[in-house]
Amino acid sequence: MPVLELHDLRKSYRTPSGETQRVIDISRFEIGAGEQVALRGTSGSGKTTLLNLIAGILTPDGGTIRVGDEDLTALSEGARDRVRARRIGYIFQTFNLLQGYTALENVALGMMFGAGADADFARKLLERVGLGERMDYRPRELSVGQQQRVAVARALANRPQLVLADEPTGNLDPRHAAEALELIRSACREQQAALLLVSHDPAVLGAFDRVEDLEQLNRARGPVAEGSA
Amino acid sequence: MRQGLLLIVPRSLRQHAVSTSVTVASTALACGLVMAVFALNKQTFDAFTGGPAGFDAVLGARGSQLQLVLNAVFHLETSPGNIPWTLYQEVKKDAQVELAIPYAVGDNYQGFRIVGTEAEIFSKFRYQEDRTFAFAPGGRAFDPTKREAVLGSFAAQATGLRLGDYFHPYHGLTFDESKKHSERYLVVGILEPTNSPSDRAIWIPIEGIFRMEGHVIRGTGTEYMAEAGKPIPDEAKEVSAVLIKFKDPALGFTFAQKINRQGTLATLAWPIDLVMADLFNKLGWVVRILELVAYLVVLVAAGSILASLYNTMNERRREFAILRALGARRSTVSAAIVSEAAAIALLGSILGFAVYAVILAGAAHVIRAQTGVVLVPLQYHSVLWAAPLGMIALGAFAGLLPAWKAYRTDVATGLQPSS
Repeated sequence: MPVLELHDLRKSYRTPSGETQRVIDISRFEIGAGEQVALRGTSGSGKTTLLNLIAGILTPDGGTIRVGDEDLTALSEGARDRVRARRIGYIFQTFNLLQGYTALENVALGMMFGAGADADFARKLLERVGLGERMDYRPRELSVGQQQRVAVARALANRPQLVLADEPTGNLDPRHAAEALELIRSACREQQAALLLVSHDPAVLGAFDRVEDLEQLNRARGPVAEGSA
Repeated sequence: MRQGLLLIVPRSLRQHAVSTSVTVASTALACGLVMAVFALNKQTFDAFTGGPAGFDAVLGARGSQLQLVLNAVFHLETSPGNIPWTLYQEVKKDAQVELAIPYAVGDNYQGFRIVGTEAEIFSKFRYQEDRTFAFAPGGRAFDPTKREAVLGSFAAQATGLRLGDYFHPYHGLTFDESKKHSERYLVVGILEPTNSPSDRAIWIPIEGIFRMEGHVIRGTGTEYMAEAGKPIPDEAKEVSAVLIKFKDPALGFTFAQKINRQGTLATLAWPIDLVMADLFNKLGWVVRILELVAYLVVLVAAGSILASLYNTMNERRREFAILRALGARRSTVSAAIVSEAAAIALLGSILGFAVYAVILAGAAHVIRAQTGVVLVPLQYHSVLWAAPLGMIALGAFAGLLPAWKAYRTDVATGLQPSS
């Protein structure tokens, strides 16, 4: 059974000039359990919008999004929040760590909205990403690479079925980018979580067996005639 | 959700430590002020009106009952005048009167009132229902025929006079160095604290007041000055007031009728607690204003909670978006803000007890120094739980608007880098 299934997924935005601009129009897309998929997309191609749709942060104009056996498009916002907390891990390009919290608290906080706080597991995850000695550090006391590792640990805190990674190496130099990529992939494998990683970096995309092109997945992009959105 | 709130709220308060501290301080001030105003009002009312005095009425010169009570019971205010000694003797002999103690005033020592009276005040008089005066070790009552004095505990402490010390009385009820009497009085007794206005008095034999240098008595209507070695005729003597204990307190009514309605010479202040309650009722508007000010300070404190949280909403938009992206519901994020506001009010209320204690201690000190009446800062009053609970509820209410703003945070927009 696929971990992620998209059918006829559509999302449009209204531009400042009043036009409706379609950014996502995907007829079918699936990711299997534990599978790791890279999604190529240029800047502004709708990569983040797609990830936010899958995470239940945005609602589509049409189509279905299934994460495991849950159809996100049929759920209330609160129920989508619950699915996101329990089944989906999210790694952001800018890490989005909470500055007032320690590394351990950043990881544990994610658990509190999902399966419940498990301090031992949070510590294990931080040890796994090489931050066993930095658990009580706040984000500003960590290097950029270390912050990324905290973000990886946090994404895996609720033992998700699916990890979404939005340009996770975009803020790292090539050496740290390669290390971060390997960490994300191996950690997901260990947790048996599927991975959907979006990037436009050829070095990153080259590491994946399955690479999809968002522009090819999108059937139609651009202005939408009134009434067809 | 509860686990999340328990982590989010303290972290957020710590992260905004400066604004949190200022808001907590203003809340503490408001809560402490409200508690102090209500508790002080109740305690002063009880202390001045509800004290189960060991006497029922005060007899004095024709005039204001309130002035009579303030002068004779609380040793405040000037004496409204004197009444003849013969009237005191009539009252003392009355079958309905259990005890009558005369007071004659007109002198002071360092501002502490010197009261001329009979020695039986130390043995028979009850300053409260079941309490008579007790001497500190080594002390005794004065000899009515000698220049001896007994000091209330506060008067002794404030003047520094000890057993065996001599002092010169000063004429008048306020201290004026140029009005020193030539007589010297020996301190033969210091009373144990009574927590009553008596602690501020200096007691001497009533004969001493009559015979004090320069004193003129007018019991007969004409001026009479005592001469050394010669007895003073009773007709010439006069007293400032008489404290009366009836055999049956209800008899005060008959007495009051007789003296206040039919007589023209004197006034009977009875019952004393109602005379004082009347004063408080007349001053009730002052209390209402103080309460209004306290409520306004509470509103300002609630407003400062609202403002301090609301002002952080923009900078915290990203934080809320991250929490939402981690799976927090809108209601969780807004509950965190309301909890934060309530937590600020809770901290403020806890500190408010310190503010309350400081205000009460200060007020109790001033009131004791001025009147001898003792307040009990730790005495229970329902405002001590009602004000903190009300403050917390109001604080949480003040958090609703910022919480609504947090509730409406758009996650996708909030997650975008701000630079």
